[in-house]
Amino acid sequence: MAQIVVKNVKKMFGDFTAVRESSFTIEDGEFFMLLGPSGCGKTTTLRMIAGLELPTSGEIFLDGEEISQRPPSERDIAFVFQMFALYPHMNVRKNISYPLISQGMPRAAVKAKVAEVAGILGIQDILDKPVGGLSGGDRQRVALGRAIVREPKAFMMDEPLGALDAEFREHMAEELRGLHDRMGATTVYVTHDQLEAMQMGDKIVVMNNAVIEQFGTPQEIYDKPATMFVADFIGSPSMNFLKFQGKVEPGSDMVRLNGHDETVPQSLEAAEGELVFGVRPEHVFLSDNSSYRAKVLAAEYLGTTQIVTLQSPNGELKARIDARDTVGPGETVGLEFRSAMVTLFDQSTGRALRSVLNDEVLSNG
Amino acid sequence: MSSFSVTEPSKRSKWVAGTLVITYALITMIPLVWILLTGFKSPADAISYPPKVVFDPTLEGYVNLFTTRTRQTQEFLNANPPQNWADEIVRQYDMVIVGPSKFGERFMNSVIIGFGSTFLSIFLGTLAAYAFSRFKVPLKDDLLFFILSTRMMPPVAVAIPIFLMFRNLGLSDTHLGMILLYTGVNISLAVWLLKGFIDEIPREYEEAALIDGYTRFQAFYKVVLPQAATGIASTAIFCLIFAWNEYAFAVLLTSATAQTAPPFIPTIIGVGGLDWPAVAAGATIFLIPVMIFTILMRKHLLRGITFGAVRK
Repeated sequence: MAQIVVKNVKKMFGDFTAVRESSFTIEDGEFFMLLGPSGCGKTTTLRMIAGLELPTSGEIFLDGEEISQRPPSERDIAFVFQMFALYPHMNVRKNISYPLISQGMPRAAVKAKVAEVAGILGIQDILDKPVGGLSGGDRQRVALGRAIVREPKAFMMDEPLGALDAEFREHMAEELRGLHDRMGATTVYVTHDQLEAMQMGDKIVVMNNAVIEQFGTPQEIYDKPATMFVADFIGSPSMNFLKFQGKVEPGSDMVRLNGHDETVPQSLEAAEGELVFGVRPEHVFLSDNSSYRAKVLAAEYLGTTQIVTLQSPNGELKARIDARDTVGPGETVGLEFRSAMVTLFDQSTGRALRSVLNDEVLSNG
Repeated sequence: MSSFSVTEPSKRSKWVAGTLVITYALITMIPLVWILLTGFKSPADAISYPPKVVFDPTLEGYVNLFTTRTRQTQEFLNANPPQNWADEIVRQYDMVIVGPSKFGERFMNSVIIGFGSTFLSIFLGTLAAYAFSRFKVPLKDDLLFFILSTRMMPPVAVAIPIFLMFRNLGLSDTHLGMILLYTGVNISLAVWLLKGFIDEIPREYEEAALIDGYTRFQAFYKVVLPQAATGIASTAIFCLIFAWNEYAFAVLLTSATAQTAPPFIPTIIGVGGLDWPAVAAGATIFLIPVMIFTILMRKHLLRGITFGAVRK
């Protein structure tokens, strides 16, 4: 198993930049998520690590060895494709044993290894079936089998659950994470589903427009977003952005939001002009004591909580509150914010302003 | 279940469709059956009017096709009794068999040239199609159009330049020359057809093979080729049928050594009067290899082996 270091890697397709200089480190045994909307460069990044695309510039280290220009066969990395890519002219057993045969492993050893992998994945009884008639889940297991059978240094997975039904996806996600925990293999996993990334990942890289927006643990990315894009992309519903004209200075912990003083984490930099007050819906509370008023537009009942959509003087926002609270559309309510969890952004650049909340996270990435 | 169904055709429509198909098949079969029967007729039966459907079958046509014969005097015939059954058949015309005809040789020429050019077209076509389908080829679209443009006029239109070129290059009346010529004509068809088939094979298969430790070429022949089998089989049939049946170039460019069966068969007519049974026998035998080849390829023509391994 291995550590993967991606250093200033860049990929151009003609004039089109698929990935701008990107750097991150995947530690040994980590379940690493590449997250972003479609077309952001996450799959290209994955394919460069696997060797299916060669970077235009930059370096990729696998266990300290520079591999960026080597063919995939010399990298010892397994890849699970979104569309499975099982060899259609071979049965399940042959599909799983194919990587071993290329290594010249003796027949008896191949047989034993395939049986072992089939046992891990629970697919012993379909080994001699053609791949054509298998269900989506079984095909996914066979594809995983083909990946784990040769015990590679790392696994690359390109939206492996994307082709499965929603119901089955949940189950497969658990199975995958369980498999990873048992094998402890370094895994790089591409997804556009932020929930999947939060649920399964040890670390997440959020990409947008060929650029890495943020790199960190799910908690860091959720609570301390580095950009408005990350804050918006992660979380459902996403972070509220209250736009205001204002000014912060290093050391100050107060901003004026439409004439109301709101406490924020102590700022470490100065900014002035169009700013954004970012707060997650679960950090917005309804309070009759507050003079910051907003009008209720709608309430969605979700069982344990409800999402209330409100119209404030600084724009629309959502609050996640207890399902038992009763609020009706049309009511005017007071709002309070959990000040320790507020992030301020510069609206023109979309960048988060440094504060005591996010300083540590922003300085390492 | 009720008897009405949207997806299942009704009994009556099945019946009508079946009748139409069988009728059409019978009509198209008539010339073939006619040739097959004529091959077993005597020359007299072959030209009798009204045409005979019921007749005494004889192998005369086949004997005449494969042999050369001379007329002999009665004394010679009496002194030399017939050697075998074939000899016996020709004796009724006071003839003896003096040797094999050129048909066997011409037929072999057809086999060598037909299958040789088919193999070469498929070999080159598959490699070219794969490259066009998968790699960044400079001027790809122009090259593909150029390849197609060789098909924009009937090949015979360039017969005279080709005749002169072949004469200067020493390719006239050679097997190699004919193989190259038919390959040249077929290659555009092969590249375009095969490119279509290979385009449809998802790249993920090769990428999976690359990841599994195979080289690009191994991935090509172990993973892509088996899946392109359908396309290769149907392209091969098209190429073979063209090369096998080609007449005009064969007449023009071949004579003593590399002549194929199509220009040879009509020459039989001139040998001993209008020997229609021999011509029909030649045509019958000539049809067999393409038929066998098509039947052998048929199982590859059935789609469905790739179904379901990749979700689209």
